[in-house]
Amino acid sequence: MRLRSLLLCGCLIAMPIAATAAQPPPSGDFVPVDETLPGEQIPALPLIATAYGFIWVVLLGYVWTIGRRLQKVESELAALESRGK
Amino acid sequence: MTRSTLVMLALAAGMFALAPWMINAAPNEATMGLVYKIYFFHMPSAWMFMVAAIASGIASARFLFLKRPSADGWALAAGELAVLFGAFTLVTGPLWARKAWGVWWVWDARLTSSLMLFMIFVAYLLLRKYGGPGSDKLGAGMALFGMANVPFIYVSVNYWRTFHPLTSVVPTLPVEMGIPLWYCVTAFTLLFIVLLRMRARLEHQRARVEALYLLEDES
Repeated sequence: MRLRSLLLCGCLIAMPIAATAAQPPPSGDFVPVDETLPGEQIPALPLIATAYGFIWVVLLGYVWTIGRRLQKVESELAALESRGK
Repeated sequence: MTRSTLVMLALAAGMFALAPWMINAAPNEATMGLVYKIYFFHMPSAWMFMVAAIASGIASARFLFLKRPSADGWALAAGELAVLFGAFTLVTGPLWARKAWGVWWVWDARLTSSLMLFMIFVAYLLLRKYGGPGSDKLGAGMALFGMANVPFIYVSVNYWRTFHPLTSVVPTLPVEMGIPLWYCVTAFTLLFIVLLRMRARLEHQRARVEALYLLEDES
């Protein structure tokens, strides 16, 4: 019983491998070319501008939010401390 | 803000303003061309992402095991910076990959583990904001887990097959590419220190406000 189960498992694993190995060579639907087709090149400049622009905008926004939050908390703290005196 | 923080912030801003000239002066790379210049901001962002995760982990360990309440403020500040610099890394990387590799993303060990670290710290911030009482200790555990992920991210490119540049790229860079890179690393490190100090100060002042309100309620 155990041997039969093992054999069955082995067959199930081996079948897809055998099927892949038995596949015919590529039919040639896709033809490789050496040169890049005109209009296929991805321009680098917009990618660089997006990368640097994203960092700049987010950084400025983050520094501004920290400054604002800090100012708010420090004014609240000053008010509390003056009330306590 | 303290005077030294303002001076450091101005210095970092000045360095960032000059960075485009430094990067523009660097030569193009032979196979990647112009797009590799994203590297000058991508790599320092990735380093600061990992440094922030380590800083948050160390501060969390101090909070958990040495019972230092102020360390929690540092851990939260560094955790927020891990998300910030992680976002920079995970946005600039795919922009570079689109041109250099032809795809936005590949599920290799480096990229996947970096995304995991980012998600750990996003979860950490969500837990700290909405977790209620006890979320500081739970969050500290999460930050420790995040820190443990960092060495794996760093060495992943050397052990698993990937398109990503290896760790050996930095020490072998030619001088004309190395100078702008180290300039950007310095600018990002300065910025990281300033932001960490500002964000930790915010957290410590919040703790003081809460303590004063508690004192008022008691009296």
